[in-house]
Amino acid sequence: MTALLLETFVYLLAAVVAVPLAKRLGLGSVLGYLVAGVVIGPVLGLVGSEESVTIQHYAEFGVVMMLFLVGLELEPAMLWRMRARLLGLGGLQVSTAAAAFTAIGLQLGLDWRTALVVGLLLSLSSTAIVLQTFSEKGLTRADGARSAFSVLLFQDIAVIPMLALIPLLAIPELTVLDAGGHADAGHHELSLVSGLSGWLYALVVIAAIAVVVIGGHYLSRPLFHIIAETRLREAFTAAALMLVIGIAELMLLVGLSPALGTFLAGVVLANSEFRHELESVIDPFKGLLLGLFFITVGAGVQFPVLAENAMLVAGLTAGVILIKAGLLFALAMLFRIRRADGWLFALSLAQAGEFGFVLISYAAQNSVLPPELVPLLSVVVALSMFLTPLLFIAFERLVHPRYEGGDSAREADTIESRGPVIIAGVGRFGQVVNRMLRANDIATVVLDRNPQQIENMRQVGMTTWYGDAARPDLLHAAGVGEASLFVVAIDDQEQALEMVRYLKQHHPQLRVLARAYDRGHLYALREAGADWVVSETYHSALETAKHALRGLDYHPFRAEKLTAAFDRAEMRGRDALYEAWLGKSDGERFGRDFRTLYMELEEALAGSMSADRADRHDHGERGWTPPPRAYAEDYAEDYAEDYAEDLAGER
Amino acid sequence: MAPRRLLVLFAHPSLERSEINRHRLAVARDCAEATVVDLYAEYPDYRIDIAAEQERLRAHDVLMFLFPLYWYSTPALLKEWQDLVLEYGFAYGSEGRALAGKYFIAACSAGGPASAYGAEGFNHYSLRELLRPLEQTARLCHMLPLPPFALFGARTAVEENRLDPHLAEFRALLEALGNNTLDGWPSSDVGTANELLGEPAGEVQP
Repeated sequence: MTALLLETFVYLLAAVVAVPLAKRLGLGSVLGYLVAGVVIGPVLGLVGSEESVTIQHYAEFGVVMMLFLVGLELEPAMLWRMRARLLGLGGLQVSTAAAAFTAIGLQLGLDWRTALVVGLLLSLSSTAIVLQTFSEKGLTRADGARSAFSVLLFQDIAVIPMLALIPLLAIPELTVLDAGGHADAGHHELSLVSGLSGWLYALVVIAAIAVVVIGGHYLSRPLFHIIAETRLREAFTAAALMLVIGIAELMLLVGLSPALGTFLAGVVLANSEFRHELESVIDPFKGLLLGLFFITVGAGVQFPVLAENAMLVAGLTAGVILIKAGLLFALAMLFRIRRADGWLFALSLAQAGEFGFVLISYAAQNSVLPPELVPLLSVVVALSMFLTPLLFIAFERLVHPRYEGGDSAREADTIESRGPVIIAGVGRFGQVVNRMLRANDIATVVLDRNPQQIENMRQVGMTTWYGDAARPDLLHAAGVGEASLFVVAIDDQEQALEMVRYLKQHHPQLRVLARAYDRGHLYALREAGADWVVSETYHSALETAKHALRGLDYHPFRAEKLTAAFDRAEMRGRDALYEAWLGKSDGERFGRDFRTLYMELEEALAGSMSADRADRHDHGERGWTPPPRAYAEDYAEDYAEDYAEDLAGER
Repeated sequence: MAPRRLLVLFAHPSLERSEINRHRLAVARDCAEATVVDLYAEYPDYRIDIAAEQERLRAHDVLMFLFPLYWYSTPALLKEWQDLVLEYGFAYGSEGRALAGKYFIAACSAGGPASAYGAEGFNHYSLRELLRPLEQTARLCHMLPLPPFALFGARTAVEENRLDPHLAEFRALLEALGNNTLDGWPSSDVGTANELLGEPAGEVQP
């Protein structure tokens, strides 16, 4: 136990030291984790015991969680829209890269089966590194990154048939050789499917996937609903983790990739109202475990192998990266991914990936890879991953500046690429705002913490997400970074204030619209930095007052004008009162001075409504006043002469 | 002479559909001497701030209405502006001399072809005749009205490649209003100010 804790401590310490350092140096967190791993592993020898293997298992879970989150971001409809790139680009990338590496393997004199496995495992790229780096560098929306994402998704799915294929490639001589060596390989997995015949196995696999899809769709929502009603955050966290771990285990039991299973579950839940809450709950675990995963990759670099075959390893790694980048670049041309995006696409996917490790050990167990190749391949895969952050840096420093101002990574803020409007609180107030925006085809992300409210909204076809919008991590998951506008329409006055403060502090560019409960709240929101504040009852009360005037037989347009005049005077007075309010401390804000000023303004308001046009004071209702009765006398017959003078004066 | 300060009051109630006037608006905004006010943007609720508008008038030497012709007149908000801002005692009346000696020009786009605006055409009157109310309003306010600046056949101007030459002409107009002497312009009896710039208005192919 102490050993495990100690190792965990070492891992965390390495992360805490290395990541901020790497970020400060502009290298990105992934490289930081990898270096930290190298330092505590091969260099200092602090880790590498039994416990390391345990930690490594946990760390691999980071990849599983990442794919769950990736799935959550992908609605089925979006996946369908991506199908051309997913199959075309992804399929071509995997097949051409696999074919190229297989051919090279054959040239180097490998058995065809071994060459095929090597080709397949090197065709895969690192989803973990690439996606993490995209989001860290704010490239997620670039065309090159989206294309890369399609390819990564295809690869993650392609791993499944690869895993199925490998046992069929077993080389008889190696099987004999290894008969004793892998006796211990059996202990590691509990399996439901060992010993099943082919079609039964297929049936079990289909059943397991059906459980994930159907269960995710029909069972998880009522469950989350009940848990959300309890308002216990940790219960929700537990449920979310339970879901992810449960699915991963189910997939392992039937011999499928847990990453694929959780990815599917994510896609199924992408349309549910709990999507953003799930994201915000799982995200910290994913971040931590993925970090650990990178550290274990760094720690796993086998320096003796590297040292003995330095030239060979360097040559192979360079070969892998160059060939993959070359093929990717050709694909980018073929699919019209242009300019900086094409470079981004080619450079980002040029490494081998974490699934490479999985395939290496699986192929070795199944006697497809000769044992002496295993450490060598592992080092090449690790090294290529290690170099990826450097390729990203090359992209940022060398490629991107050349296309600056072009149509690459960051598009202009046109209507199509404009981020959604986030509306926090969708009760009586937020609902109207949301309906108006939706009616104009403006994308909105709507958050509420009342499950009943969400249920009602969803029943009338409004997409609403469950979550406490006052929590920064949820705002983050809802995409506050990309939002074009934020509407704070929640009931709770204090939380509304905090939300505005948080938003303006962390996203100063984001425009924030806020709903105020009363005058004091309105001033406080304004002080907190809200760009536009509206009193929740003011406009409806004013409308009622206007109808009261009409009820008293005022001409409708006169009532309209008086309302406009009142509104203008009120807005002006509001500014004056705000200044007075700002100058006071909390206790005396609505004190005597404020009241005096308020009374004065009320009088001025009444004055401006009743004053007659002719006294030349600047007041509200002055429009359309006719000239004095005798005004025509101003214009004697010599007016024409006046005009002639004006003309002459000008010349 | 120091350049004259231009006040351009732009009125277009559906700018998102505009083919001509949004480009003229952009040209006007490019002009250093011009203050350009998009009236429908400033007063979407028609609640015109009379005091602010009068202040603005005092600070400029030339007033331009920039608008598409709506039923031989200005769009409603620009008419509202006249009704509210040109007050007795400010713009007219025995003491209303705030606008005396300033130039006024209407720059409009008209749907009908140039040939429609005349005794023989389906509009029966020339554009200048139809815009007499504006001219007389300016005159009663002691201003110096100039002949209107116009683009005829505006609905087909883009297709017929007449927009760019027109914008060049508009730029020349702004330049002249800001810097030229304008000798003889107020008393001129030409149909449009375009003619004073040396180019006849209408569907002349470039």
